[in-house]
Amino acid sequence: MRKLFCYLKGYGRECILSPLFKLTEALLELLVPLVVAGIIDEGIAHSDTGYIVWNCLLLVGLGLLGLGFSVTAQYFAARAAVGFGEKVRAALFRHISRLPVAELDRLGTATMITRLTSDTNQVQSGVNMTLRLLLRSPFVVFGAMIMAFIIDVRSAMIFVLAIPVLSVVVFGIMLLCIPLYQKVQSRLDRVLGLTRENLSGARVIRAFGREEEESRLFRESNERLTSVQKLVGRISALMNPLTYILINLAILWLIYEGALRVESGILTQGMVIALYNYMSQILVELVKLASLIILMTKSVACGNRVAAVLAIDAEQVEGETVPEPVAGAPAVCFRNVSFRYRGAAGPALQGVNLEVLHGQTIGVIGGTGSGKSTLINLLWRAYDVTEGEILLDGRDLREYPLRDLRARIGLVPQKAELFRGSIRDNLQYGNPSASDGDLWEALRVAQAESFVREKPGGLDGMCEAGGRNFSGGQRQRLTIARALCRRPSVLILDDSASALDFATDAALRRSIRELPYAPTVFVVSQRASTLRHADCILVLDDGHVAGAGTHEELMRDCEVYREIYESQYRKEDGIHG
Amino acid sequence: MAEPQKVPRGTFGRVWMYIRRYRLLLCISLLFGTINVALSLYLPILIGRAIDLMPEAGQVALEGIVRLLMVGIGVVALSALAGWLMNVINNRITFHVVRDLRNRAFGRIGVLPMRYLDGHPHGDIVSRVITDADQVADGLLMGFSQLYTGILTILGTLIFMLVIHPGVTVVVVVLTPLSLFVARFIASRTYHMFREQSEARAEQTSLVDEMINGVRVVQAFGREEEVNNRFAETNTCLSRASLRATFFSSLTNPATRFINAVVYAGVALAGALTVVNGGMTVGGLSSFLSYANQYTKPFNEISGVFTELQNALACAARLFELIEEEAERPDAPDARVLREAKGRVELDNVSFAYTAERPLIRGLHLSVAPGKKIAIVGPTGCGKTTLINLLMRFYDVDGGSIRVDGSDIRDLTRHSLRAGYGMVLQETWLRAGTIRENIAMGRPGATQEEIEAAAAASHAAGFIGRMPQGYDTQVGEAGGSLSQGQRQLLCIARVMLCHPPMLILDEATSSIDTRTEQKVQQAFDRLMEGRTSFVVAHRLSTIREADLILVMRDGNVIEQGTHEQLLERGGFYHTLYNSQFAP
Repeated sequence: MRKLFCYLKGYGRECILSPLFKLTEALLELLVPLVVAGIIDEGIAHSDTGYIVWNCLLLVGLGLLGLGFSVTAQYFAARAAVGFGEKVRAALFRHISRLPVAELDRLGTATMITRLTSDTNQVQSGVNMTLRLLLRSPFVVFGAMIMAFIIDVRSAMIFVLAIPVLSVVVFGIMLLCIPLYQKVQSRLDRVLGLTRENLSGARVIRAFGREEEESRLFRESNERLTSVQKLVGRISALMNPLTYILINLAILWLIYEGALRVESGILTQGMVIALYNYMSQILVELVKLASLIILMTKSVACGNRVAAVLAIDAEQVEGETVPEPVAGAPAVCFRNVSFRYRGAAGPALQGVNLEVLHGQTIGVIGGTGSGKSTLINLLWRAYDVTEGEILLDGRDLREYPLRDLRARIGLVPQKAELFRGSIRDNLQYGNPSASDGDLWEALRVAQAESFVREKPGGLDGMCEAGGRNFSGGQRQRLTIARALCRRPSVLILDDSASALDFATDAALRRSIRELPYAPTVFVVSQRASTLRHADCILVLDDGHVAGAGTHEELMRDCEVYREIYESQYRKEDGIHG
Repeated sequence: MAEPQKVPRGTFGRVWMYIRRYRLLLCISLLFGTINVALSLYLPILIGRAIDLMPEAGQVALEGIVRLLMVGIGVVALSALAGWLMNVINNRITFHVVRDLRNRAFGRIGVLPMRYLDGHPHGDIVSRVITDADQVADGLLMGFSQLYTGILTILGTLIFMLVIHPGVTVVVVVLTPLSLFVARFIASRTYHMFREQSEARAEQTSLVDEMINGVRVVQAFGREEEVNNRFAETNTCLSRASLRATFFSSLTNPATRFINAVVYAGVALAGALTVVNGGMTVGGLSSFLSYANQYTKPFNEISGVFTELQNALACAARLFELIEEEAERPDAPDARVLREAKGRVELDNVSFAYTAERPLIRGLHLSVAPGKKIAIVGPTGCGKTTLINLLMRFYDVDGGSIRVDGSDIRDLTRHSLRAGYGMVLQETWLRAGTIRENIAMGRPGATQEEIEAAAAASHAAGFIGRMPQGYDTQVGEAGGSLSQGQRQLLCIARVMLCHPPMLILDEATSSIDTRTEQKVQQAFDRLMEGRTSFVVAHRLSTIREADLILVMRDGNVIEQGTHEQLLERGGFYHTLYNSQFAP
């Protein structure tokens, strides 16, 4: 959290002035009982109407002045908090957009979104309320006590006693309730979970005839929730009566002491009323302070979550300038490459060796968790190898500036993601200078030309967020076209033709093979048919290379490959299109 | 200020049905509320009288003061006790009403027709059961008790003030509405600012969403700079809106405080002048001042209560929509129990439509002898699931009939019909609980040996044995740490334990790893031995071995026959087969 304070820089003036103005306002408020005491002891006692009128006007004046001060304070607080929020969001967004993908995968995207939105908002309002109230409430409480001391030391001792006792009650009840509220929340989550479960599993539950049993389970959970709710209700219901008793006993005691002091001529009637008013002010402020502290704890927790993301190292090693390619080197070369996820027990990929010549097509196949996607992610440095090295044109990937490295690579991710905007915007995503001719050419190669032509507006046709208005197959072809617009020297197809029918898939493979700039192609697929014609197929099994070679070689030598192939075509079928 | 939501008539009456059984508690709560308010308002008067007994040095009537203070202690203690009891009772009523509402609403989930559950977003139903139920109780009961004590406080204060001095009371009554007016004014002015802020927020969130979910593409295509620029634009917009909303809304407190100061000064002026003229005592003035300080509070609270009550009623209406939704037609009173079914299934001229204007299945005939295997194939969305829905009686046919062992399934109890089927769907649903609980779902009394045997028969025993806690391993709502394939094996084991005479299986299309996939396949094969099986098939081997293939398209069975017959016919199946299975 402390790390976030640097984003308050530039708002130093606001951060000092806002509480200062608040304090001034509180000070004015503390003067009110004194003025009233004056009205009683001077005005009423001497029947001085003029004095009374003037002092009442003074009360209005104090109010007006207080209004002015506090509006100024609110303005400064709002400015500082909003400015702070803006800076934190910008910094966080910038940071996240550059985080290594491996980190994002580890932390999960959903929590990133929460941190950027609701967490930052919570911190922002925490800053706002803190600037406005943190100093004000204690100031009023202690100010009231000091004023009491000014009026009469002996009576002030009642304040000295009452304030700590009240604080203990207010904060004690709150502290007692916080863990109970968490318990309520977790039991509520269980009730919610059961409800959701019963909706998503309605068919299974009915198939097994468990409706009654489920109702019973729900009632039990619900009863557990209710019982803890009642418990926390009983405790928090103590707050008001207890503080009420304490403050009023203090007042009654004050009146008694006051009476004795008036009798001996030390205090006047007005002063007793003033003391009474000061005591009344304390309670309100203590309750405000307690709820502010709860808000602050929440904000600090959110702030820590934000700071934790900012603390993640976003730096990746990269070269300054594009290194000279080594003459005669293979296009891509894996040398004893291993990769282990942070905190994982075993490596996700181990000892991969592979040489790929310019223009070759490499197929990658294997079950889930076999390391296919990891291999692809290493290639464009979404992840960095833990051991070994990957060479592009004979140079380690880490020698290239990240931007230049990625500019050579056309990635078609597994999940076909399009962005809101026109088709043209989407295609130009990796290459803003591509001409319409280039775009149409890419669409043609990606087998997407016909449906884009049919779309009203053609390239200007709209694409909804995520590409929802296209079918899965169309989306995949558009993302392929998007990658081709960069004229990449390495094209990566990460299981990106899974929604295409056989004929389209074949046509796509053919047209990629015929590309004039002959990119080196990596194709990840679950389908053996898609990879059959690759120059080399890499078979991964549980992070190891189980085999590499052409289809025929693998059918002969690699058991894992045969198994995969046969699970898709029964041996005895013998029908190969 | 939020737009008032429309509330259907009679909603309150329906809520009352749930509160009614606590009416005695409610009356007691109201009684305690009255005591609490009356006593706490009486206290300033006692203090005022005590102050009157200490006019100046040497004239203090200490005995009288002590007597008043003793009464004061009693008043404070009683008032606090009444307040506490009122709170506790209100909490009790509130939480019990929520509990009852929730139990009732949840109970509906088990009896509502699948048509309703399929047709309503689950998130929406969940929010009715969880959030709306909370809102009803919070808003309605808490709101009601706040309203009651609020009104009582206002009336009580008014009476006490009038008793002390009617003239000064007028000052308070005339000036306090100002505070309400100012609060209203600011709230109505800031309403659109908050809307602007939440619109800017929504805009930014959608950008954040897009960027983070597409971060691979952003980075791979080197667009970090560009998205940051777009973010900066939305960020500036948001800050501008946020500053306005934050600042202007924060004016409410200082402004009402100022109005209160004016009221206070007014009371001080009128009161002091009255005291000078002998119309009132100093103690009376002191009581007045403390009333003036508190008088606006209930007003502000009450003005919030009305919107809250309105909102609570709207939530109640949503909740009652769920509770009163028509349940599935219950089993006929003379419905028979299906026992030891042989597994003969006949569909006779079945027609069905989800919506009247789009008939889906028309005139479907099918006769399946016990133990036969039926494969259902067709492109996504062709109506394969519909057939499952009808067989399991999740939906009733519109025309024709479905018979099991010769009886129309509408003449059987749903429970026994469904128990006759074992069902494994593609969405492998597991509940939060242990693996054991999940396997034993269909037969809660199963012994450990039976469970292990079922797990072994479905090839699940291996991976369960490797789990750290074995059969006691907790799996989550979405299956926790299990892979798709492992979850499917558990679902198969679940069915295996029940020995149903008939099966409904949906083979997974999703990519599970090859080894597990083979195990799943073997488990399926084993499960189907000797049982009438309906399989939504994705694998060539399943299809080829089926006794009958139903080819579905757009909700209709367009072709049926064996693999060879259908290929020979050269129709839709032929095309489908070639595009999907030929390399």
